[in-house]
Amino acid sequence: MTAVLHTSDPVLTAFADDVGTDGPVAIEGARTRWSLGGPLDDSARILTAPTGVVEYTPEEMIVTVRAGTTVADLHSELATKGQWTALPERGGTVGGAVAVGQNDFRRPARGEVRTSVLQVRYVSAEGRIVSGGGPTVKNVSGFDIPRLITGSLGTLGCIAEVILRTNPIPAIERWFASDDTDPFAVHAALLAPGAILWDGTTTTVQLVGHGVDVDADVTVLTSHGSFVEVEPPEAPSGERWSLAPADLPAVPELGIGPFVAEVGVGIVHAATPQVREPLDPGVRLIHERMKNEFDPAGRLNPGRVVGAH
Amino acid sequence: MSLIERLRSTLPGGPPAPSGDPLLDELRVALSPDRVKVDGAQRSLLGKDASVFDGGNSGPICYPTSTDEVAAIMRIAEAHGRAVVPRGAGTGLAGGAIPLGGPVVIAVTKMNKILEIDEENGVAWVEPGVINLDLTRHLQPLGYHFAPDPSSQQVCTIGGNVANNSGGPHCLAYGVTNAHVAALEIVTAEGEIVMLGGLDAEPDGYDLRGVFVGSEGTLGITTKIAVTLTRNRPAVRTLLLSFESTRDAANTVSGVVAAGIVPAAMEVMDQRITQAVENYVNAGYPTDAGAVLLAEVDGPEAGIDIDAERIRDIGLENNATDVRFAQDDAERAALWKGRKTAFGAVAQIAPDYYLHDTVVPRSKLADVLDEIYAIADRHDVLVMNVFHAGDGNLHPLLIFDGREPGVLDRIHAAGGDIITASLDAGGVLSGEHGIGVEKQKYMDRLFTDDDLDHQNRLRRAFDPVCRANPGKVLPMGHSCADIQHLRSVPAEVWG
Repeated sequence: MTAVLHTSDPVLTAFADDVGTDGPVAIEGARTRWSLGGPLDDSARILTAPTGVVEYTPEEMIVTVRAGTTVADLHSELATKGQWTALPERGGTVGGAVAVGQNDFRRPARGEVRTSVLQVRYVSAEGRIVSGGGPTVKNVSGFDIPRLITGSLGTLGCIAEVILRTNPIPAIERWFASDDTDPFAVHAALLAPGAILWDGTTTTVQLVGHGVDVDADVTVLTSHGSFVEVEPPEAPSGERWSLAPADLPAVPELGIGPFVAEVGVGIVHAATPQVREPLDPGVRLIHERMKNEFDPAGRLNPGRVVGAH
Repeated sequence: MSLIERLRSTLPGGPPAPSGDPLLDELRVALSPDRVKVDGAQRSLLGKDASVFDGGNSGPICYPTSTDEVAAIMRIAEAHGRAVVPRGAGTGLAGGAIPLGGPVVIAVTKMNKILEIDEENGVAWVEPGVINLDLTRHLQPLGYHFAPDPSSQQVCTIGGNVANNSGGPHCLAYGVTNAHVAALEIVTAEGEIVMLGGLDAEPDGYDLRGVFVGSEGTLGITTKIAVTLTRNRPAVRTLLLSFESTRDAANTVSGVVAAGIVPAAMEVMDQRITQAVENYVNAGYPTDAGAVLLAEVDGPEAGIDIDAERIRDIGLENNATDVRFAQDDAERAALWKGRKTAFGAVAQIAPDYYLHDTVVPRSKLADVLDEIYAIADRHDVLVMNVFHAGDGNLHPLLIFDGREPGVLDRIHAAGGDIITASLDAGGVLSGEHGIGVEKQKYMDRLFTDDDLDHQNRLRRAFDPVCRANPGKVLPMGHSCADIQHLRSVPAEVWG
């Protein structure tokens, strides 16, 4: 009897053949985050993942998509049915976004990448197609391979295809900005803003939902400062700091130059890179064992180390 | 000086009297004699959980009160080559807490403190023995709650919720436990204390926190949990829709999802369970309806009625015979009380039940339900359906009297067919109860050998010696656990 998650998709099989069973190998997407995890070893063969939306069932709110597909192409197809995913739109591929695991700068509105990957198929270091998770929105059948692969920078397997949870695009999205407000008070006052960005001076707020809900939120905003409606901002660029939400009020005192903070989330975009603490020894040990279990010969994305600084 | 002598020398008032069993003596010194139980009644009680499966074979049962004590238990168990099984309230339905092979049982019920409410970071730090509903009651005055709300929430623990990645009716909009845990302090099977995840937005490294949630005690034991605070919604609308058939109710659910609405909850009950519930709690459920759909939307007051009215309209398009809006909190609470006590209500019909848990694509709900009724008829068992329809999470409830000879064989046969029907419809084995010992033998129906091999690798990275809750989740032949070895503990020691 064939297992439900078994696949004989010739496109994936061909990708597994490309990855093969030996020799260093790395998968490139659009190289938008190519330097993460350290420089790639020169010896690696560089491959690309297969492309295409395999199956989209808007009424189930799931989409099966191959890793090489760009997030832009995926989202343009989903938009025809009024949906999107949590993957950030910044020029990259689906596989790249899952491998990196970073969230969109409108995380409260979009959701988290790590909770949106329902199923993953990847090619293992042994050249085998492995599946984890499943095609339903709720699933606790076995160990959570999708969580492990999301954010693993391609060091545990070559991501070939994922099933993502989709979400309805809110009826209304509007942006407002103010130079005379307390972003943290705004965060406390709003029930479910799409995003609150703060650069030390200007607070920019995205409101999402039904029109009447957004109107009600506008009233809340105006009680906290002189807000004006603005065009949606560009996605912040630069280095990415990961802080706790309570750390953000002190960011101006860090002396890191111009920044954009995601209030309520903890991400800070700045020109200066964050100096991160090394992993705790106990966590590092599990990391090393994990890498050794999944890729004992060290052939997947050689040179890249997750959590290394 | 031996380990045991060293430990004893630190005790005020002198060491406890030796029992003749070095494992027991060391545990009693590391905790205190009254928090290590070996009496038959305790071991019999904690040999089982809330599932229908036979009890296991427990070793000493430890009630630690601190992380350091848990770490000491782990190290002592390791030194004696014994496995460990974490345990919360024992409400699991898949046998995940059943001790196999005489392991040391670590019951976290005395680690039940809410340690800190950190509103600025949107988390509460809790010990694993905190009861789910106690946490929510504690948070309510501050304007928050803990979103996962399994039916057992009055007694189940947060640690157990973490182990099983527990859900509940309101996880449709808010997500299951994994979406509500920011950080976890764990003790590994080797006795190391490790913090997974963190309060920062995107903690470094592999998502070991995400991997740990739902691992059913096989990757270690959690001793401290940062759960995220979910803000209470200012407005709630609760609708009760009646239908002639479960098919119409299921089609309404599919229609709501297809319309881009994500309600807080969508629960369906068929006629049999609705009648049992109404007889039990008098919540006002219509006993003449073929099925009812309990739907709830929440959010800001301004737009709350938009989604509620759309759900009503979609119900009417799918032949709803009646749509009722709860008029006040009391009516809403009565309806939810009915839903949440459904499993208790069936005791009027027969003394035992076997609650199944599979997930199917939402569009297949109606077909799979028809199949489940046919399966029950075929095996001559009584089935009732009450389920998290919005997630496609089925909970067929097989009702029986365990005193009837041979009935469990029919129940298990029917259960196997229900699992097969769910998988054939493109579903998965479990939505929120886990695999435990219940569904190990079905894992290869869902996963290939390679898939299972990789799950085992994940497990070994945390616990290379397979000492944490061995014999669970992965089927024999795919698991690093050597149960035969664990069973070699002399029978006369722990029976």
